Amino acid sequence: MAKKNKNAEETVSSENAIESRETAGLSQGQIVRRRFVHHRAAMASVIILGLVILFVFSASGIHLGTKENPIEIPGWWRYSMTDIMDKETVGCPEDLPGCITANHPFGQDDIGKDYFALVMRGAQQSIMVMLVVGAIATFIGTVLGAIAGFRRGVIDTTIMWITTFVSTIPTIILAAVLGKRFGNLGVVVLAVFLGLLSWTGLTRLVRGEFLGLREREFVDAARVAGASNRRIIFKHILPNAVGVIIVSVTLLMSGAILLESALSFLGFGVTAPDVSLGSLISQYQSSFNTRPWLFWYPGAFIIIIALCVNFIGDGLRDAFDPRQKRRISAKERAQAAMNRKNKA
Amino acid sequence: MFNYLLRRFSAVLVILLGSTFLVFVMTAFAGDPLEEARLINDDEQREAKIAQLTRSLHLDVPSPIRYLWWLRGVAGMFIGKLNLGGSREAESVVTSLSDAIPTTLRLVAVATIVAIVVGITIGIVTALRQYSAFDYSMTFVSFLFFSLPVFWVAVLLKEFGAIGLNDFMFAVTMDGALIDWQWIVGAALLVGGLFAGLSSGDRIKSLKTFAIAGSSTAAVMLYLSFSHWFATPAIGPVVLAALSVGIAFMFTIISTGLSNRKALYSSLTMAALGLALYYPLNIWVFGEGFGYKKLLLLAVITIAVGILNGFLFTKVDRGPVIRTSALTAFSVAGLIILDKILRSVADYSSTDAINGRPIATFSQENSLLEFTDWTMYPDTSKWWFGVVDLLTHLMLPTMALLIISFATYVRYARLSLLEVLNQDYIRTARAKGLTERTVIMRHAFRNALVPLATIIIFDIGGVLGGAIITENIFGWRGMGTLLNRAIGTYDLNLLMGVTLVTVSIYLVLTVVIEFVYAALDPRIRIEK
Repeated sequence: MAKKNKNAEETVSSENAIESRETAGLSQGQIVRRRFVHHRAAMASVIILGLVILFVFSASGIHLGTKENPIEIPGWWRYSMTDIMDKETVGCPEDLPGCITANHPFGQDDIGKDYFALVMRGAQQSIMVMLVVGAIATFIGTVLGAIAGFRRGVIDTTIMWITTFVSTIPTIILAAVLGKRFGNLGVVVLAVFLGLLSWTGLTRLVRGEFLGLREREFVDAARVAGASNRRIIFKHILPNAVGVIIVSVTLLMSGAILLESALSFLGFGVTAPDVSLGSLISQYQSSFNTRPWLFWYPGAFIIIIALCVNFIGDGLRDAFDPRQKRRISAKERAQAAMNRKNKA
Repeated sequence: MFNYLLRRFSAVLVILLGSTFLVFVMTAFAGDPLEEARLINDDEQREAKIAQLTRSLHLDVPSPIRYLWWLRGVAGMFIGKLNLGGSREAESVVTSLSDAIPTTLRLVAVATIVAIVVGITIGIVTALRQYSAFDYSMTFVSFLFFSLPVFWVAVLLKEFGAIGLNDFMFAVTMDGALIDWQWIVGAALLVGGLFAGLSSGDRIKSLKTFAIAGSSTAAVMLYLSFSHWFATPAIGPVVLAALSVGIAFMFTIISTGLSNRKALYSSLTMAALGLALYYPLNIWVFGEGFGYKKLLLLAVITIAVGILNGFLFTKVDRGPVIRTSALTAFSVAGLIILDKILRSVADYSSTDAINGRPIATFSQENSLLEFTDWTMYPDTSKWWFGVVDLLTHLMLPTMALLIISFATYVRYARLSLLEVLNQDYIRTARAKGLTERTVIMRHAFRNALVPLATIIIFDIGGVLGGAIITENIFGWRGMGTLLNRAIGTYDLNLLMGVTLVTVSIYLVLTVVIEFVYAALDPRIRIEK
């Protein structure tokens, strides 16, 4: 028993040695970056998500601006989501025109539109929602949380009451109300409203971080040195809270993709003639038995995007968490023990 | 205590006022109840319709004032005259809600409880077997579940779960079909892989576990297949006896450890008592006249007997013995009920209303069931058919909802237990020489539950939202359907009714969870 304990102790100390040798002489940012790069699932997700974004946006091009003066960058895919064509019959079963062919890799929808173009458009919408919601929620959540945590007192109480009011309402109720009215204005407007509803969790987190950090010695030191509040917030407190914020925002972003697609599925989000992955699934859920690909492809894109974002969030969490210990392999442990023996 | 409750209650009231005001004003701002009227072509008719709607919906009054009017109706609750106004189809919102609330609550409650139990169990196992194959695969599965859209899963469940399973049940019952060998092989590989992933040993030991678990799964499935078990499912007295003894041992191991002989004997006594009562219960109690009231009574009696039994078995250190005995008694009684429900399934599927396809994909009940010719089924009372009907309808929506919360519980239970296991008091407990069971169950598990209480609150909000989508797909007439209609037609009163109920449920649970907190963590005092 005693021997076992001694062994365990040695293991712990050697693990600490490996750990500290790895991080010696590195800045906090470098440690985080290095940990993140070593997180295999997260790195794979970054690459996959990057490729998906590149693929989706290059395929159908970028369409922005108003109807009068549109900004159009054409993509490499030959059809657009508005082209209505005859359904392919060559190579398809007789009762199933518009199936998957070389010309239409995802098949055609009910009125003959190219489904690949539609799915690409939907995936674009999802990514836009993710980015816009992430940006807005980060901004509101960080600003409100920082003010509440830093100022405390009446301001803090007021902000926290408002946060409680908004967070007790199930998001989907307000989102559906707003989506039903403003969904037809395009996905960016919808995303802005979703962002206006999803900052509450982040506000709480940031406030908690600020409440804790503002009592720390380095903040006192900065104050004594004559730093302004602004400088303290931006230079001293915020950099220390950035890990919590980033992790929480990534999870929020994957949630936003699912929320938008759910709203569009219910008919309270993006509406025809525009499409989103949710509205495509809603439209073709009944053709599951005859033309299952109309159901599978939009779903697959939602899952791939959300899964990648979730894994990236997990990798970031591990990278920012100071208590997180890397699993040390038996080989490294043996190596460390060997080194120690040699020294002795 | 009274002071605390008063304070909490007033806070809840303020939050309710704030949240409902927010929803009311935002909906009044965003919604356009005249949308349909504006589409009328004829100028005169359109103006008349708009004027009429403006009058009846008071659209000329600013929304904060209309909110106060609505509030007056809600305040009527205190004098017994709750009035939430009428919907646009001029039915009372209170009536619509009182029909819808039980439906939604049933769905949400079952899904949440199953998710908590299964999710926390798996989360804890993954934490105890950190870095095992099981841990890695469950981590991946929970991330996958995080990323699955509920509505997509629900459609899949409807297509594969319901239709596939129904075809199978139909084939088994009507043609005496056997289970396809692919399914048996698949299940054997899955269970084998699961246990092999759990085993913490070298490769040979893992392979051995894999072989044993896989082959026994295959054997059980082959037996079930060739004995046509699925045509007339039941547990039966023999298997029941084995399971009961197993349960008695399991609870003793988890709750006190096998070295506590008193606990083992008392729970074995409860298992034996349950078995002895199997036939009497089935013959005299479960027949005509059995219902929810008697079921509740039975549950109370079971727990009382369990407690009494534990009490009689020992004089020292009674707590753990009583706990083990009561838990065993309750579970054995649950098995007997489950057996009765399973034995009702065959008759249930053979009714004209079901016609051999028991898994439902639509609505929360089969309305044709009540037209069954009851004289054909003398052994089973009508109530059991209702229970089977309820469960077959709950099955798929619950599974869809589980997707949302299951992953959350797995992740947080794992994280929370790992964090606790790193604490100094766990090292102290181990150093004292306590058994691993005591360290984990008494020192680690209980402390790991404390942060999970917060997760439950957050999760229930999500599940309520998910219920709205799930109800829509499975055609349940619950609050989600009401909400759908309310938003679709800008029905402000209906929307406010649904909001009021969901927010209230959420707030009440927040208070309840605080008591749970206090029960789990003695440092937290409610009275403060």
